[in-house]
Amino acid sequence: MKPILEIKDLQIEFDTFEGISHVLDGIHLSLEKGDTLGLVGETGCGKSITAKAILRLLLTPPAHIVSGEILFQGENLLNKSEEEMKEIRGRQIAMVFQDPMTFLNPVFTIEEQLVDVILAQGRKNGSGNREKRLDRNQALHIAIELLREVKIPEPEFRIKSYPHEFSGGMRQRVLIAMALSRSPQILIADEPTTALDVTIQAQILRLMDELVQKHGHSVLLISHDLGVVARVCKRIAVMYAGNIVENCSTVQLFKRPLHPYTQGLLNSILTFSKREETAQGIKGMIPDLIQPPSGCRFHPRCLSMMDICQKEKPPMIEFEAGHWVSCHLFKK
Amino acid sequence: MVITILGLSVIVFVVSRVAPGDPAKLAAGPDATEEMVEVIRKEFGLDQPLVIQYFKYMKGLIQGDFGRSIRTRHLVWNDIKTYLPATFELVFTSITFAIFFGILFGILSSVYRDLWIDHILRFFTVTGVAIPMFWLGIMLQLLLAAKFHLLPLGGRLDTMVNPPTLITRFFLIDSLITGNWLVFKNAFVHILLPAFVLSFPALASITRINRAEMLEVLHKDFVLNEKAQGISDGLIIYKYALKNTLIPTLTMIGLRYGWMLGGTILVETVFNWPGIGNYAVGAAVYSDFQPVMGVTIILGLNFMIANLLVDIGYGFLDPRVRYE
Amino acid sequence: MRIFRELPRWREERKGQVRDLKLSIYTLSRSPLSVIGFFLVLFFFLIALIGPWIITYPQDITGAVHMDQRLRSPSLAHPFGTDEVGRDIYSRVVIGTRLSLQIGLIIIFVAMGIGVPLGILAGYMGGWVNNLVMRITDIFLSVPGLLLALAIVGALGPGIKNAMIALSIVWWPGYVRLVQGKTLSLREEPFVEAARSIGASRFRIIFKHILPNCTSPIIVKASMDMGMAILFAANLGFIGVGAQPPEPEWGAMISVGRNYLPDRWWMATFPGLAILVTVLGFNLLGDGLRDVLDPQSRGQIR
Repeated sequence: MKPILEIKDLQIEFDTFEGISHVLDGIHLSLEKGDTLGLVGETGCGKSITAKAILRLLLTPPAHIVSGEILFQGENLLNKSEEEMKEIRGRQIAMVFQDPMTFLNPVFTIEEQLVDVILAQGRKNGSGNREKRLDRNQALHIAIELLREVKIPEPEFRIKSYPHEFSGGMRQRVLIAMALSRSPQILIADEPTTALDVTIQAQILRLMDELVQKHGHSVLLISHDLGVVARVCKRIAVMYAGNIVENCSTVQLFKRPLHPYTQGLLNSILTFSKREETAQGIKGMIPDLIQPPSGCRFHPRCLSMMDICQKEKPPMIEFEAGHWVSCHLFKK
Repeated sequence: MVITILGLSVIVFVVSRVAPGDPAKLAAGPDATEEMVEVIRKEFGLDQPLVIQYFKYMKGLIQGDFGRSIRTRHLVWNDIKTYLPATFELVFTSITFAIFFGILFGILSSVYRDLWIDHILRFFTVTGVAIPMFWLGIMLQLLLAAKFHLLPLGGRLDTMVNPPTLITRFFLIDSLITGNWLVFKNAFVHILLPAFVLSFPALASITRINRAEMLEVLHKDFVLNEKAQGISDGLIIYKYALKNTLIPTLTMIGLRYGWMLGGTILVETVFNWPGIGNYAVGAAVYSDFQPVMGVTIILGLNFMIANLLVDIGYGFLDPRVRYE
Repeated sequence: MRIFRELPRWREERKGQVRDLKLSIYTLSRSPLSVIGFFLVLFFFLIALIGPWIITYPQDITGAVHMDQRLRSPSLAHPFGTDEVGRDIYSRVVIGTRLSLQIGLIIIFVAMGIGVPLGILAGYMGGWVNNLVMRITDIFLSVPGLLLALAIVGALGPGIKNAMIALSIVWWPGYVRLVQGKTLSLREEPFVEAARSIGASRFRIIFKHILPNCTSPIIVKASMDMGMAILFAANLGFIGVGAQPPEPEWGAMISVGRNYLPDRWWMATFPGLAILVTVLGFNLLGDGLRDVLDPQSRGQIR
């Protein structure tokens, strides 16, 4: 089964005041149709950039895509023209952003923004059907139904409100509704719950779970919170300093984390069962990507560091079925 | 607002009366005898104590009596009524021009940032505020009217052309309404240069601030979201981003309108435009203060109304402001 | 003797300020327009300073009449041509620089002299004092500047002195507003509260804490206002209520030159160019200074 989305050896550089930052160091990712993949990593590891790169939303300059491919249904998105990308954005691949306060236009009503998204014409929608020309009224009805589906109460009235009149959780629902409005094949969620209270977080995650199950989207969920990712995703990819260090199913990750960084992440989480133990951090700090560490980028912080780790970047190998890891500790 | 007007009238009045120079003497002329000057002084009530003069003036004001111009001998109110429409036609044309093109150029300059069109526009925004309005008018007159005979030198209409039937007293509108195409064309070419010159600094400022705001807004998160959802670039720029830039732009428009009201003095002088600016200048040079005061109050009032409209505009543009 | 002993400590204290200055200059130099503005202003001051030494016909500044040389077009002897009584326009434009500089400086300093203390007073005292001052300020600001100036000059009579008085009156409210706002916000700052709590006198707080923090926006405003003040003075001169001929004020010169258009174009053109370049220089410099000294006020105007 060919994956619906495949990222091969993507390298991205960023021009900064202090020099060129090597933000993505040749990452590999693949998303199967109907699957839910989580991308986990600390702030600054490159997860958001990956997401934006897929939809070609990066400003180039200062970003530069050095090499690699992003294959959507077999076609390289990096080769597509801006016109073709406009067809894909919001329709075949849609994105849900974090921090809904700044991602909705403050001077327009929800109705206006939703309706314009629905009306944004393209040739095919996500399911490959020809899009009918809708008028504003029809779009309005669709918008109201969408809001109902994301569980916003009294959508017919609420739709006429402005973003600042909504709570954070409601605004996030609106963003989700926007993204799902044209039945995309792939949903990319970039830290969708980071700006929300914990209780609201749970609600939103449950909602996303339901919607995904109901409509069968393929999902790429990005978060720095392992708990969030574990809740929704069947597979998890762990990212560190521009590299994917481990890629496996959720079960495999929690049962048998291989990469030292993954283990460190898991140890940093306090769970009730570990109440007596103190949380352990990972020593050191996130590396400077302008002068990244040689070889394996994690080696300065790794407790199991060996000589070879400084010299060579470890290849990605399949240690057990469906469990990939990039670390010199493991050989095929 | 009423207090402001009151205060304004007090200030202008006080200044005018505290001043040296004798309007009565001036009005009487160089050959006048003492008795003639006295007669004029009595006629205009200049011999009474200041405070009484002020109260008489204010009483008159409220009743719409702005006093009498020593120079033209007409009631100031009548003079203003005669000349005001010409000024308003000029000012409204100018501000409309400045707003429309200012916003448009601001958008273009921001969207095509650092390309040649941006550089040209930025050059004009920088020089536009620095250029003396009257000098620009004279230079354009020189080039376009005198040298190349493309446009008329001044006035609202050619001397041979009769004004249209007066409904709104705006020649452009009246001639259109009455279907008088000839007069419309004539009025149009006459208003072209003065309106352009008057609008120039405003155009520059509005372009500038709109550009700066657009650049800021285009980097905002919600624009990224709109782009990610597939909304077209045109819709993003001209609807979603633009509305966010309009509040600071509106502030600038209000400010520039004020400067335009002041600048009309200059433009009317250069182009012999029969408006109240010209009228006020004629009076000021003559030390004939009633008209000057009248014009100042009228235009001051107009400016205050404009500021009020700007405040109301804020409410329309930004829903978050409405609840304050 | 004491000065020498104090020098090292003085240098230490000023180190931060020196670094700030270097940073300011560096930032200013990064914007080419600001650099242009700076040099234009420098050029303006230079001309004003050395004016009397670089003009070719000093007697033409006022008074001299050479009817046989009237209305000559630009030539080597008279780079800007001659005017209606035969005076060399180049000399007059150059001296006009000096005149404009004087006018501008006087207006700005008088305006600051009235506006800044009033602003601090209003901002610091608050309450009814603040309300009264701001009300009065609002009255002055309710009328467009040039109109108010015209009204005042119209009452006082034409002349350059009266024009300067009028323009100072037009300009001081702007400074009141600026300083009042700044003082108001500074008053709530923790360091001011701290000073108050240890018993610092009002004067001390104002001079040591509030005033220094106001200087940046004041400098920015003053540099932009210089250009505008000179422009307004020229406006009034052109109308005929400012400087009167035969004073070599640029606006007045254009007013006279206007009568000789279109054939004798040089009389009106060159003084106007002088105004343009001068105001442009101050505007550019002011913009650059604002980016350096007071970047938050970018969105504000006036």
